Amino acid sequence: MARPKKLINDPRAVVTELLDGLVLANDGRVKKLDGVDALVATHVPDGKVALLVGGGSGHEPLFHGFIGRNLADGAACGQIFAAPPPDTILAATRAVNRGKGVLYLYGNYAGDNMNFDIAAELAADEGIEVRTVRVWDDVAAAPPERMQDRRGIAADVYMIKIAGAAAATLGSLDEVVRVAEKARDGVRSMGVAVAAGSIPETGQLTFELADDEIEIGMGAHGEPGVARRKLPTADEIADDMVARLLADLPFRRGDEVALLVNNLGATTMMEMLIVYRRARKVLADAGITVHRSDVGTWLTTQEMAGLSITLLKLDDELKRYLDMPAESLGYSRA
Amino acid sequence: MADALDAAATARMLDAAAVAIIANVEVLTAADQAVGDGDHGIGMRRGFEAARAKLAAEPPATVEAACRAVGTAVMGATGGAAGAVFGTLFRSGGAALAGRETLDAAGFATLLQTGLEAVMKRGGVGAGQKTMIDALMPAAAAAAKAADGPLAAATAAAAAAARQGVEATRGMIATTGKARTLGERSLGHPDPGAISMALILEAMRDVTARL
Repeated sequence: MARPKKLINDPRAVVTELLDGLVLANDGRVKKLDGVDALVATHVPDGKVALLVGGGSGHEPLFHGFIGRNLADGAACGQIFAAPPPDTILAATRAVNRGKGVLYLYGNYAGDNMNFDIAAELAADEGIEVRTVRVWDDVAAAPPERMQDRRGIAADVYMIKIAGAAAATLGSLDEVVRVAEKARDGVRSMGVAVAAGSIPETGQLTFELADDEIEIGMGAHGEPGVARRKLPTADEIADDMVARLLADLPFRRGDEVALLVNNLGATTMMEMLIVYRRARKVLADAGITVHRSDVGTWLTTQEMAGLSITLLKLDDELKRYLDMPAESLGYSRA
Repeated sequence: MADALDAAATARMLDAAAVAIIANVEVLTAADQAVGDGDHGIGMRRGFEAARAKLAAEPPATVEAACRAVGTAVMGATGGAAGAVFGTLFRSGGAALAGRETLDAAGFATLLQTGLEAVMKRGGVGAGQKTMIDALMPAAAAAAKAADGPLAAATAAAAAAARQGVEATRGMIATTGKARTLGERSLGHPDPGAISMALILEAMRDVTARL
């Protein structure tokens, strides 16, 4: 198979070089720490509960593109699709800590869990209070009774948005954790893959799909989903995905939600909007009100084609944090 | 055959294990593409290149320091689950060797057993879940049985048990890590982390057989 085309230099230097670019693109609002692949906000106010996010690189703009006002204070960045090591996380923890504690927010994967846990233990040894909220929104990964076996996908966007706004507003780590956990418990996502992405260093696709096949529920790294089928129409796929999401929480008539459609990398905005439009119809028919929508590119897997749909159940408190302005390279809302 | 290794010889044995991982990056990549996302080989290469550099830059004074240096370098440079797991193996296993002048068969058995317990605790993973534990656990048991004999016999027994463990993972369904959602589709494929564990122990076997 031909090596997928990428505009890169040394394949082993992609993370270093993308982080250099990300720092420059932030025009002074974000800096890289010496010796580790961690980025932090140039200014973190005194007395602020800190929000540290992170995970494997290669999913840009998540996670390191989400450092900014009312969002994350720092990000620990791993190699492509690989969790960051503990010393990177610890260095970022020290850099963002302002004495009010640090919330670790990241996707629920074995590698991230172990490395962030080790870092949290090392931080505790230094007297830094750390709490952890793992994002586990992918309904395709495990049944509801095994929620903690689900992996984190595009709900990362809403989780960082809400936890970031809460961390900027509330004075206590416990309160920020409470809000973040409420958001996590009310959010569900599902993805569909149309074509694979590749790892720059190996130059190989992470999975194979036939030209006329899609996989429903495929994970962000090509982890298999719930069903493989012939390419359906946009409306068929939206009907299927939204029905699975609604049944899982379950969402009920009268609920208010935020609706996010995320591009896995190579899908066109045209396709995204066509699927989004149908998702709105399914929700309207189910008696569910969409309080706000986000259609765009946040959690990618290189040139993987496909999209995911995320539904977040809202109450007045979550709405308040979701609606606060936010500004970062990867995600901004006025 | 070596009965025991001093700190410098232990460092050479660990360096040989690192060389084996680096030389097999494509084997590990292919194995991980079958059940995961294909980054195990390049991650392990990053980690064990860092381990080689650390051993060369700061020759360890004790067998404990040699093992811990490898664990720290691997944990710092590999990333992902592999970095946490193989880093913990050598850091915790190495710490259990504190005070030993040399690495003999009993020390080698302690390294594996203590490392095994630490990895299981860190990952919340047991036997039969299609992970490196399925190579390390039988290796630690084999080393414990051979703990009263020469080191070379213990490393040989551990390496053979680990390789059998790799083969056994073919018949297991992954219930942890990124391969978890493969379910029965993971059947027939060996676990990449288990292969790495066997490669490390086989390199140790080869070094101790020569000394």
